Amino acid sequence: MEKKKSMSLLAKQRAAGWGFLVLASVMIIVMSFYPMVQALMTSFKTGSSANLKWAEPIIFNYQRMFQDKMFMRSVGNTFLYLIIQVPIMLILAILLAQLLNNKDLKFRGLFRTCVFLPCAVSLVSYALIFRTIFATQGLINIILTNLGIISENINWLGQTGTARLVIIIALIWRWTGYNMVFYLAGLQNIEYSVYEAAKIDGANGWKTFWHITVPLLRPVIIMTFIMSINGTLQLFDESVNLTNGGPANTTITMSHYIYNNSFGVGVANFGYASAMSFFVFILVAVLAAINLKVGDTRD
Amino acid sequence: MTDKKSISTTQKRLIPTYIFLIIVSIFSVFPLFWMITAATNQTVDVSRGKIWFGTYFLENFNNLLNSSNLWKSFGNSFIYSVVQTVLCIFICSLAGFGFELYHDKGKDILFGVLLMAMMIPGVATMIPLFTMMSKMHFLNTVWGFVLPGISTPFMIMMFRQNSRNFPPDIMEAARIDGLSELMIFFRMYMPVMKSTYAAAAVITFMNSWNAYLWPRVVMTDNRAQTMPMLIANLASGYTIDYGMLMTGVLFCSLPTMIVFFILQKQFAEGITGAVK
Repeated sequence: MEKKKSMSLLAKQRAAGWGFLVLASVMIIVMSFYPMVQALMTSFKTGSSANLKWAEPIIFNYQRMFQDKMFMRSVGNTFLYLIIQVPIMLILAILLAQLLNNKDLKFRGLFRTCVFLPCAVSLVSYALIFRTIFATQGLINIILTNLGIISENINWLGQTGTARLVIIIALIWRWTGYNMVFYLAGLQNIEYSVYEAAKIDGANGWKTFWHITVPLLRPVIIMTFIMSINGTLQLFDESVNLTNGGPANTTITMSHYIYNNSFGVGVANFGYASAMSFFVFILVAVLAAINLKVGDTRD
Repeated sequence: MTDKKSISTTQKRLIPTYIFLIIVSIFSVFPLFWMITAATNQTVDVSRGKIWFGTYFLENFNNLLNSSNLWKSFGNSFIYSVVQTVLCIFICSLAGFGFELYHDKGKDILFGVLLMAMMIPGVATMIPLFTMMSKMHFLNTVWGFVLPGISTPFMIMMFRQNSRNFPPDIMEAARIDGLSELMIFFRMYMPVMKSTYAAAAVITFMNSWNAYLWPRVVMTDNRAQTMPMLIANLASGYTIDYGMLMTGVLFCSLPTMIVFFILQKQFAEGITGAVK
């Protein structure tokens, strides 16, 4: 009798445990997994949004995707941003975290706030600020002219190379402080005595950085790497608001191109857009898996 | 005496570090400082490269009021963000509590499955979600805005990780006192986890205020638009009034900047919250 009662209490607790997480779980299933399955189904269909039919052949949208020069260019652009921006940003972030973790440094809080501040503004806001600063009649051109570096205004956002450069600079500006916060949190978990021991052993700053900081931060580095890759593959706000994909779509990102194909003016190519978005999903998943695999090899 | 000397030599050695940090700080702060000054200047002055405060702010502000739905959009953004924040931290903290303090094999498997949702990109779900919201007549409503974002793996994970600090003894004691499991959550868990709630609230509010892709999809009517949508529209014309544009950007950034300055510690905790 006694035993039975405690059993039912345990069962009650177990049921309560499931009860607590059911709402959140259902929401994720309905708002993420189910739409993902639907996107996969839609990617095998063609026609306008209200009138979708199975494609003929069934992989038509995927064939079209690989022949679509514009989409391939958007893939290329996105990877260009990824390959150049992510390493620069992460190295800068680790370096800043390392410098700011020094207990002898004065004004640490102030420096930290300054570097972290760009995270306080929305992606649209900073894209518009950079667009204004880099306008042909903008501040950067005026400064460069006054310094005598350039003789006539550069149309930063009107040329492919410089427009891409501006996007990369803007991304580094916005996200370095964000990543630094992770490294600072990671560094605070490393005992300060480890560094002091290294100092006694005669290791210089550079050696401590490579042989202590980087290995100990490895899990955090892998995580920020995954997050940055994930974020860069989904770049949208900057492409839309900083360059609007231009000039002539040479800076457009995958998400931006997919958006234009599904919700752009007068277009509702849901099937084709879904196929492309599924491609993005595969990219994100594969790159994250590679990262985890690489990061998991313990020595 | 020797101590003092060693301090000053350490500081001397740090001079390159200081210089580097000052340069990085200026680079970080300047665009925002310039945004604020540009909001007080006429477009002509902005284009002339003026980088100090002017006297044109009220004119810019009036132009902005006349050419856009400023207060409506500001209010929309505020309501959407607050509703999303409240619902999200409530639902995700319930789940985090359940996953950590009642954990068993089945729940751990479910948790692993839910985490995979982190890899699903927004562009992949936006079309089906748009169709879903339009069928439920949630386009241009607060529900259309919040529903896809009120349960996120990141937030659940954050609450779960932080729940490790919640002492199980309290639960036992509360049960002996006859509190139901739900009451334990409300009366014991929520007060103890206050700082986690603060961090989660800050990060969720910032994210929803700043959201752009999804609102652009689900808010088809101008009257339902958010602040980021409003300022993006200001910049879409052929000729751009930079003074007015920066005033709009200032209004879009003000709430999140205020939150940042008051709750910076919670914001940093919110970002890194799930990785402990």
